[in-house]
Amino acid sequence: MVETKRQQAGPARETGSMKNEMALEFDAVSSNESFARVAVAAFIAPLNPTVEELSDIKTAVSEAVTNAIIHGYENVYGYGRHGEVRPVYCRIREGKVYLRCRIENGVLHIEVEDRGVGIENLEKAMEPLYTTKPELERSGMGFAFMEAFMDDLEVESQPLKGTIVRMQKKLQCGSWIYGGE
Amino acid sequence: MDMEDFQVIDDYLCIRLPEEVDHHKSAYISENADRYILKDRVSNVVFDFSDTQFMDSSGIGIIMGRYKKISCFGGKVFAIHADRQIRRILYMSGLNKIIEIME
Ligand SMILES: Nc1ncnc2c1ncn2[C@@H]1O[C@H](COP(=O)(O)OP(=O)(O)O)[C@@H](O)[C@H]1O
Ligand SMILES: [Mg+2]
Repeated sequence: MVETKRQQAGPARETGSMKNEMALEFDAVSSNESFARVAVAAFIAPLNPTVEELSDIKTAVSEAVTNAIIHGYENVYGYGRHGEVRPVYCRIREGKVYLRCRIENGVLHIEVEDRGVGIENLEKAMEPLYTTKPELERSGMGFAFMEAFMDDLEVESQPLKGTIVRMQKKLQCGSWIYGGE
Repeated sequence: MDMEDFQVIDDYLCIRLPEEVDHHKSAYISENADRYILKDRVSNVVFDFSDTQFMDSSGIGIIMGRYKKISCFGGKVFAIHADRQIRRILYMSGLNKIIEIME
């Protein structure tokens, strides 16, 4: 129903040549994990992604941003002491997370950068179930999910400099859908 | 999420998970779950996904952590009302081999 209506309303679909970019910079604190997911979801909303695409992308963004916060800057939200009522922020390093998105030719490109500790052994880090923070109950599935939910994953990291995660996903709909002006 | 989301029924701790399960929410869920596991000596944990629309690998950590706490005493972990996306995440991480996923 909705689909038909849209196609009637004016220049319904661009043929995928549209380009759109955005960049965000935010503090490395865990409350920004949901902010980042929602921002990316809103950015791609005009492309009318499927529920599954949206969920895949939100998960991948959440994994990359969470990694930047808890591994890159080691800023954790948790309990210092057992029995406390509310979790507290434990910020080891102040820092920003940089999130950049681009849609070009129907492909969504996402970059998540931190200027934190970096990764010493990238190959090992990307193995499923591998985690350096088991005490935080990390499952070691972050990179595995990014890989599974996106079409392409590239990680660039330098110890003590930081990490950039680059991901790509071809969107089924691929092109912009105009609101019908 | 608040205390009402943790309920002890007989030998089961039922946790009604929030809309989004991520790292930011995980400490609160795990800490409170463990408090009940200790205090009420429940042996089984039920994760209720009725309200949950998003979960990342932090959720896997929460479930695995509780599983480790109770499985050595013969307890079981259940996941109920998980939608398609969440089931996918549970299966991809292999959790379906150690917990019971039900409607
Ligand atoms: N941005 C980052 N900065 C530093 N280390 C990272 C970063 N991202 C990932 N890592 C390292 O890679 C490991 C695996 O990451 P991941 O698969 O997401 O699992 P988890 O986050 O559960 O530990 C982490 O435990 C950490 O050692
Ligand atoms: Mg991770």
